[in-house]
Amino acid sequence: MSITSILLIIGLFSISGYYAGLKKSLVLRENKKFHSAPIYHGALLAINSSLSSIFFIISWLIIEKNFYTDLESFRNILYIISIIIFLTVSLLTFKKIKHDFQARDNLEKIIQYFLLVCSLLAILVTIGIFLSVIFESNKFFGVISITEFLFGTHWSPQMPIREDQAGSSGAFGAVPLFAGTFLIAFISMCIAGPIGLMSAIYLSEYASKKTRSIVKPLTEILAGIPTVVYGFFAVVVVAPFIRNTGSNFGIEIASESALAAGLVMGIMIIPFVSSISDDVINSVPQNLKNGSLGVGATKSETIKKVIIPAALPGIIGGLLLAVSRAIGETMIVVMAAGMSANLTANPFEAVTTVTVQIVVLLVGDQEFDSPKTLAAFALGLVLFIITLILNYIALHVVRKYREQYE
Amino acid sequence: MNNLKARLAKERRFRLYGILSIALALTLLSILFISIFSQGYTAFQETKIQLDINFEQSVLDPKKTKDWDVVKKANFNILIKNSINELFPDVSGRSQKRKLKKLISTSGEYQLRNYIKNNIEAIGTTKKMWLLADDDVDMLIKGHINRSLPENERRIDNDELKWIEVLETKKIIKKFFNKTFFTSGDSAESEQSGILGALLGSLFALSITLIISFPIGIATAIYLEEFAPKNNKFIDFIEVNINNLAAVPSIIFGLLGLAIFLNFFELPRSAPLVGGMVLSLMTLPTIIISSRVSMKAVPPSIKEGALGVGASEIQAVFHHVVPVAIPGMLTGTIIGMARALGESAPLLVIGMVAFIVDIPQSVTDPATALPIQIYLWADTPERGFVERTSAAIIVLLIFLILMNSLAVYLRQRFEKDIN
Repeated sequence: MSITSILLIIGLFSISGYYAGLKKSLVLRENKKFHSAPIYHGALLAINSSLSSIFFIISWLIIEKNFYTDLESFRNILYIISIIIFLTVSLLTFKKIKHDFQARDNLEKIIQYFLLVCSLLAILVTIGIFLSVIFESNKFFGVISITEFLFGTHWSPQMPIREDQAGSSGAFGAVPLFAGTFLIAFISMCIAGPIGLMSAIYLSEYASKKTRSIVKPLTEILAGIPTVVYGFFAVVVVAPFIRNTGSNFGIEIASESALAAGLVMGIMIIPFVSSISDDVINSVPQNLKNGSLGVGATKSETIKKVIIPAALPGIIGGLLLAVSRAIGETMIVVMAAGMSANLTANPFEAVTTVTVQIVVLLVGDQEFDSPKTLAAFALGLVLFIITLILNYIALHVVRKYREQYE
Repeated sequence: MNNLKARLAKERRFRLYGILSIALALTLLSILFISIFSQGYTAFQETKIQLDINFEQSVLDPKKTKDWDVVKKANFNILIKNSINELFPDVSGRSQKRKLKKLISTSGEYQLRNYIKNNIEAIGTTKKMWLLADDDVDMLIKGHINRSLPENERRIDNDELKWIEVLETKKIIKKFFNKTFFTSGDSAESEQSGILGALLGSLFALSITLIISFPIGIATAIYLEEFAPKNNKFIDFIEVNINNLAAVPSIIFGLLGLAIFLNFFELPRSAPLVGGMVLSLMTLPTIIISSRVSMKAVPPSIKEGALGVGASEIQAVFHHVVPVAIPGMLTGTIIGMARALGESAPLLVIGMVAFIVDIPQSVTDPATALPIQIYLWADTPERGFVERTSAAIIVLLIFLILMNSLAVYLRQRFEKDIN
C-alpha cells in the first residue's frame, strides 16, 4: 500500500462520513428544531476526521524523514493508526450531532483558520527565499571572504579540477558584474525614462479620449511580451543592426554589446514607466492644473512647472521600480549580453551581469558544495537585497505621494 | 508678442516630443512583430520529396516471415538509396551517391519503418511516398538560400542544386503544412524538430501552477479582504510581503526552487512538477492582488444585505461576495498564468533547460517549456532553427493573446455585473 492509496481511502471514508452525518441530522431534525443545517453536520464530520488523520500522517512522515529513518519499515502501522484515528474522530463527531450542536460555527472556524494558513504562505515564501540564499551564501563566504566578493575586481569562477592545475584558481570578485548590471540598467533607463514619461504625459494631457483608448493598450502589449522574445529580438535584429551602424562610422562594436542588451531592455520597460507615470500624473488634482492654465500658462508650461513638480515623488518611485525590474531581468541579458566579466563603462563592449552569471553558474551539472555553485546564491543574495531595498523605497514613496493628494 | 510666439513654438515642440515618443514605442513594437513574423511564417511549411519506394522483399523480409520483429531489423535506408538512385541514373561514385541520398532527411528511414509496421502486407510492392527533405533543401525551396550566389558561399553546391531543379521540373518536390513542427519533440536536425515536447512541458507546469496558486491565492485574498483584523501589525506585514514578492526578480524564485524543492525535498530535476511549483509561488502575488481588487469592487450592500437577513459572515462572503467577484478573480488568475507561460529564468535554474527529445508523459518526466525551447533554439546558428525559433515565438504569442483576450472578456463581464 502506498501513501496515495491511503489518501484515497481516507477520501472515500470522508464521503461516507459526510452522508452518515447528513443522514443522522436529517432523521433527528424531524422531531426537533436544529441549530445548523444538516449539510454542516455532514461536512464537519468529514472534514474533522479526514483532517486529523492527514495531520497524523504528515507528522509521522516528517518525523520519519528527519529523525528516525528506520520508522519506514513500520509504514503499515502508520496506515492502520491513521484509519483508526479517522474512525474514532468520526465516531466522536457523530455522537455530538444533536439539535443544539453548533456544527456550522465549528465548520466556519475551521474555514477561517484555513484561510489564515493560506495567507501565511506569502510570509513563508519570503522566509524561504531569505533562508535559502542566506544559508548557501554563508557556506560560500566560508570559502571566499565577503570583502573579496564585494570589492574584488576579477571574476573567473572556474575552480581547478586538480589541485596542482596551473593558472585556474577561481576568482570571485563581483565588481565587474555589478558594474555591468548597472551599465545595462542605466542604458535601458536612458531609453525607457524619457520615452515612457513623454508618452505618459502626452496620453494623459494631450491625447483625445479615443486616441488614448487605442494607443494605451497597444503600448501595454510591450509589457506582455515574454522576455525570451525580447532576447531573441536583441540577438537577431538589434545587435547586428548596431554592429553594422557602428562599422559604418568606423566604431568597432562587440556583437554582444551592452548597448544592444540595454536598448532592448529599455523597450521592455517603456510600458512599465509609462503606466506608473500615467497613474501618478492623473492623480495630480485638477485644481492645480486649472490654476496654472487660468493665469495664462500654456499646457506645456503647466506640465513642466506644475504637474511634474507635483508628481515628482511618484515619478521617481516609478522609475526606481523600473530600475529594480531592469536589474533583475534575466533572459534579455543572458541572450544578448556577454558571458565574460569585463570591467568597463564603454557601452560598445560586452559586459556581463549578476543574473547572467547566476544562470551560467547553475546551468549544467553542479555539485552543491563547490564554491562555483554557491557563488550563484551569493549573487542571488546581493540581487535580492538590492531589489528589496529599491522596491521598498519605491512603494513607500508612491504610497506617501498618493496619500498626499487623497 | 514675440515672447508669445516663442512660447507657442515651445508648446508645439513639447507636444511633438510626446507624439514622437509614442510613435517610437509603437514603431519598435511593430519592428519586433514584423521581424519575428517575417522570419517565422515559413516554418509552418515543410518541404517533402516524392519517391517511388520499392519495398523489396529481399531487403526487408527475405524469409517471407511477415513478422514485424524480423522486418524491423532490416535496413530501410537501402530502399531510399535505391529509389533516389533510380531517379538520377547518371549519378555515379560513392561520394556523389551519398550526397544525393542526403537530400532526404534522416527521418525518411523512420517514416518507411512506421509505414511497414502498420502495413506489413505492403512488402514487395512499390508505393509513391512523400519523404521529408533535408533542412538545407528546405531552406533553398523556401528561398532562404540565394541560388545566384557563388557556389562556395551557399550551403547547397552546384550538383545538389542541379538535382533539386530536376525534382522541381518533375514536380515531385513540394511544400506541405508543417505537421512535424507540431507533433515531435526537439531534435538535432532542424527539419525533424518540433514543439510538442515543450508545449506539453509548459502545459504540465502550468497545470501544477494553477492547482497550487489558484485556491491558495483566492483563499488569501478572501482572508485579507474580509476576515483579517484591521490595523493589525501582523496583517500589515503579510501585505508588505505580498507586495514585495510581486517585485522580486523571477530568477530569485528559481534559486528558492533549487535550494528547497530540489536540494532539500529532493524532487526530480528538470521536471514540470518543480517548474510548476516555482511558477506558482511567482504567480501567487498577482492572483492575490487582483482578487482583492475585484472583491473591493463588489458593492458592500450585497454583503450587508446577506448579513441583514441573518447569514453568518462566512455565508455572506462565500454565497454572495465571492460569486460576484469570481470573474474578476479569474481575470487576475489568467493574467498570472499568461505571465507564468512566458517566464523562463526560474526554469533555467531548476534545470528545465536541456536537449530533451522524448515527449514528456507526466509531471515528473524531464521536460523543457515553450520559452526555454525558444531560448535553446535561438542559440543555434543554423538558418532552419532561426526559422523555427520565430515560429515557436509566434505559437507562444498566440497562446498569450488568447489568454489575455479571455481575461479582457471576463473583466468586461465582471464590470457589467457589478454596475
